[in-house]
Amino acid sequence: MARFSGRWLGFALIAALLALWEIASVLKWVDTFTVPRMSSVATTIWDLLRSGVLPREAGASLWRMFAGYAIGVVSGIAVGMLMGSFRPVYYLLEPLTEILRPIPSPAYVPLAILFLGIDDEMKVFMIAFASFFPVLLNTYSGVRSVDPVQLGTASTFGARGMKLLWQVVLPSAAPYIFTGMRISLAVALIVMVISEMVAASNGIGYFILAAERGFKVREMYAGIVTLGALGYGMNRLFLAIEARMLAWHHGFTQQQKP
Amino acid sequence: MTAAGPAAAAAYIDIADICKSYSSAHGEPTVALGRVSLQIERGSFVSIVGPSGCGKSTLLQIVAGLLAPTSGQTRLNARPVTEPPAEFVYVFQQYTRSLFPWKTVERNVAYGLEVRGRLSRSEIDRRARDFIALVKLSGFERHYPWQLSGGMQQRVAIARALACGPDVLLMDEPFSSVDSLTRVGLQELLLRLWKELGFTVVFVTHDTDEAIYLSTRVVALSKPPASVAMDLPIDLPRPRDQIATRELPAYLAYRHRILAQLFADEGLQRAAPAGSA
Repeated sequence: MARFSGRWLGFALIAALLALWEIASVLKWVDTFTVPRMSSVATTIWDLLRSGVLPREAGASLWRMFAGYAIGVVSGIAVGMLMGSFRPVYYLLEPLTEILRPIPSPAYVPLAILFLGIDDEMKVFMIAFASFFPVLLNTYSGVRSVDPVQLGTASTFGARGMKLLWQVVLPSAAPYIFTGMRISLAVALIVMVISEMVAASNGIGYFILAAERGFKVREMYAGIVTLGALGYGMNRLFLAIEARMLAWHHGFTQQQKP
Repeated sequence: MTAAGPAAAAAYIDIADICKSYSSAHGEPTVALGRVSLQIERGSFVSIVGPSGCGKSTLLQIVAGLLAPTSGQTRLNARPVTEPPAEFVYVFQQYTRSLFPWKTVERNVAYGLEVRGRLSRSEIDRRARDFIALVKLSGFERHYPWQLSGGMQQRVAIARALACGPDVLLMDEPFSSVDSLTRVGLQELLLRLWKELGFTVVFVTHDTDEAIYLSTRVVALSKPPASVAMDLPIDLPRPRDQIATRELPAYLAYRHRILAQLFADEGLQRAAPAGSA
């Protein structure tokens, strides 16, 4: 976490860049068609918010994103737990995941369209598929690094099978799982935008592309700014949830340091 | 304490011909334990001492059902132990790692009861609080283990072990990583609980004095491949006293015999040869 005393610095930089944008546009240092004034973009955002256009587009995007993210995270945790706990499952799935994982998400958009069409199923699938791998890999690492003393403790009390996985392995691996989930959150946002730009009739990705094609440059900027705000908000929310769920882990690791 | 009838041939815990060897990447397997046999009576307090690396902890883990022996068998009431039996609870040396850092003291102590799932939630909570009080940690229920000192953490581990009412406590050097005053406190706590609750203790330690002070019987293992080198019943008055007991001639005689055995096994030279052993 950043030190409190210096936190305003980062916001000051953003304010300065916005001011520079405004000045550059007013003084015509840049082409005012491609770079409209910051204040006019702000007005556009305000109008789009009030008319309900942006909330509607953002809502459509967020729904897809969270549906896909949730599916990807849950299945990533489940498969990661299985691969980490059972060697045969690991040997069975490891080569497949290592082949599928490096393929950049946009590369399988055509395939997804072929099988799932251009509706929400395709986008949700794309987002889920891309969110799956970071969670899978981190869950696997987390499960493999569970302290054998904790496992021994659980088994001396008679914990077996699902109880052991649920009560000891999962909480113990949670810090790793959250790392994977944070990576996946960023990935999900990217894939959401890409899938909406390729084939959609609503959503922020579609909105940005449509604005650009219709020479509505201010709206295009409004869409991009909205994405930035959404990403920032989601990350803050994620960090808040993580800090709450993993409060024990921060205390524990602080304590372990000499 | 129920004394085993003379007709009962089988011991309460029968450790029979336990061997354990580890295969190395190349070359011959390392033999850690070579035919260890030991019978343990119900209600006794048996300490196992031996040079470090002799396989004391390995033996205890095999007895606990946490580790499979290469050959041999542990029987509890004539029943072979193949997985951790409900009668046993194993207390690890590394309390910082064995307590679950994501659970509070109360939830850690309740853990064994929750796994066994025979009591209702409110009964579990009540019993957890009772055992927290028994190890004198009332008021720390909502703390996390890592917020406590080492000695307090090991008390949480003991409370957790005892809360589910085990017949046998298997303890692997439980007091070796706390300072000596804290260790004295934990020894007294353990003796008090052993007297009150009447469980059996198998206690692994490298500290000969601790072993004699606590136990009804001390077993010394030899260097690997380990076997029982000495098996000594300890007949000292109880309640034991940290100062007076350790000054008794009988205590010193036990100490002499066990140390002489361990030193001879290690090949240690003693400064002034005592003449006799």
